[in-house]
Amino acid sequence: MTTAALSAGELAAVRADFPLLGRTLRGGRRLVYLDSAATSQKPDVVIDAELEFYTQRNAAVHRGAHQLAEEATEAYEQARAQVAAFVGVAADEIVWTAGATAGMNLLTYAMSNASLGRGGAAARRLALGPGDEIVVTEAEHHANLVPWQELCARTGATLRWIGVSDEGRLRLDQLADVVGERTRVVAVSHASNVTGAITDVPTVVAAAHEVGALAVLDACQSVPHLPVDLPALGVDVAVFSGHKMLGPTGVGALWARREILEAMPPVTTGGSMVEVVTMESATYAPPPLRFEAGTQMVAQAVGMGAAARYLQDLGMDAVAEHEAQLTRALLDAVARVPGVRVIGPTDPVDRLAVVSFVVDGVHAHDVGQVLDDAGVAVRVGHHCAQPLHRRFGIAATARASASVYTTLEDVEAFGAALADVRPFFGLGGAA
Amino acid sequence: MSQAMEQLYQQLILDHAKHPHGKGLAEPGTAESHQVNPTCGDEVTLRVHLDGDTLGKVSWDGQGCSISQASLSVMSGLVEGQPVARAEELGETFRALMHSRGAGLDEDLEDELGDATAFTGVAQFPARVKCALLGWAALRDALAQAGVANKEEDR
Repeated sequence: MTTAALSAGELAAVRADFPLLGRTLRGGRRLVYLDSAATSQKPDVVIDAELEFYTQRNAAVHRGAHQLAEEATEAYEQARAQVAAFVGVAADEIVWTAGATAGMNLLTYAMSNASLGRGGAAARRLALGPGDEIVVTEAEHHANLVPWQELCARTGATLRWIGVSDEGRLRLDQLADVVGERTRVVAVSHASNVTGAITDVPTVVAAAHEVGALAVLDACQSVPHLPVDLPALGVDVAVFSGHKMLGPTGVGALWARREILEAMPPVTTGGSMVEVVTMESATYAPPPLRFEAGTQMVAQAVGMGAAARYLQDLGMDAVAEHEAQLTRALLDAVARVPGVRVIGPTDPVDRLAVVSFVVDGVHAHDVGQVLDDAGVAVRVGHHCAQPLHRRFGIAATARASASVYTTLEDVEAFGAALADVRPFFGLGGAA
Repeated sequence: MSQAMEQLYQQLILDHAKHPHGKGLAEPGTAESHQVNPTCGDEVTLRVHLDGDTLGKVSWDGQGCSISQASLSVMSGLVEGQPVARAEELGETFRALMHSRGAGLDEDLEDELGDATAFTGVAQFPARVKCALLGWAALRDALAQAGVANKEEDR
């Protein structure tokens, strides 16, 4: 344990910030929440920020000249600055989206529109056609796969991908074969929501930039758990969600380098993203407002800003160090139970506290049911990553995932409940 | 384990899951249905053989949790040799049982379901109801494809 990790007192204080963690389940059982990779719980500061917005500042933003409108706009833009600072970028390069999935769809539809000639000469760098290639990985969440499949279908471009090793790491050695002169986009996740493996982003970016391709990052799983400086990683575009980083649902962010954002044609069109509108046509506002048509999720954006600030105040180095302990504890807990196999690296290096596993002879749904009976909430299923599960010849896994408020006691309770699974189904404790 | 868990995983269900009836696809029959549960990726392919209006061999293959596998097993045994209309009636009764939130049905109706009443406890777990219904959804679809489904009950 290094000095950077949260002390016992600090961790207790963090837990006290999350009101939901204090509730009990059926039969008065303590809640052991190990489903943070699906969605995180929310601290008081996030809930209060939304409440404060609605009770004190609610008004339409970027329109109206009254005091409330000014205060609402200020809160909205301050939140943008907080989220930007959290990932090391400029505020005007952050576009609010409904979440990471919406962000990836914004990007792919902007490229689609560029391919149709929209956005003029500046957008040509984003236009795709037959012969162009997009590269993803076999480990992707459907949100960083299906939008690219659809973009290929609309433009005639070809989707290619690199594989995953038996240990659950990306086969970066395949980049040399898969990324080439025709590659226009390389899109990867920063960390897998199934295996927990952290991607060596600079290597991916180098391969993409060598051929002039856009490097796109799904940072959904990384920003809540690691210090992330997007420009330092070298990527060109990134998306992430509020609800996985202690913020509200229904809000997220897309970041792109300014020149790319400026080149992107609009996708959702309508009010407040325009400059001049006549009966025939319209001119569009500069980014980020160009991509924020209609009344936005203002209270949620303010909540996401509060979440970013909360994590920054804790210090992402401390958060990462705390969660590194949980990674080791989770891997140890799973390794102690006979008949359990991890899908993903068993080495805690370059790995998040996200541990997916299968139990010999017991389906993931049944595993989850036994754990739930002990108050342990895990995710079961394919976690929106069917190709990755198919790669390992399985349909479903159970997944335990931690966050900053997770404790070693949580992991112990999980391990104890997991040990009951095979015996409950009449299978031996030994595999 | 809690009482709800014991009601969910009755011995009969665990036994059927371990030694399923009808598992392993027979030769292609009158109709076939492939169903998936998108939340967990479970899949089943079910084949029915019809002799006029009577169900002959019902076979299936797939992967899924103990609830879905046991339900397929119990269903196969229950509907084989039954008139199509009777099989559909049983399906409706089973669906009603699954939506009873664990309260069960009238005794007469439950008697008709035989071993399938063991799934009463599943209805207390809304997330698992789909598992128990996967096989029944495949049967309904296969009968519809065979063109023998009672259209009025087809909903």
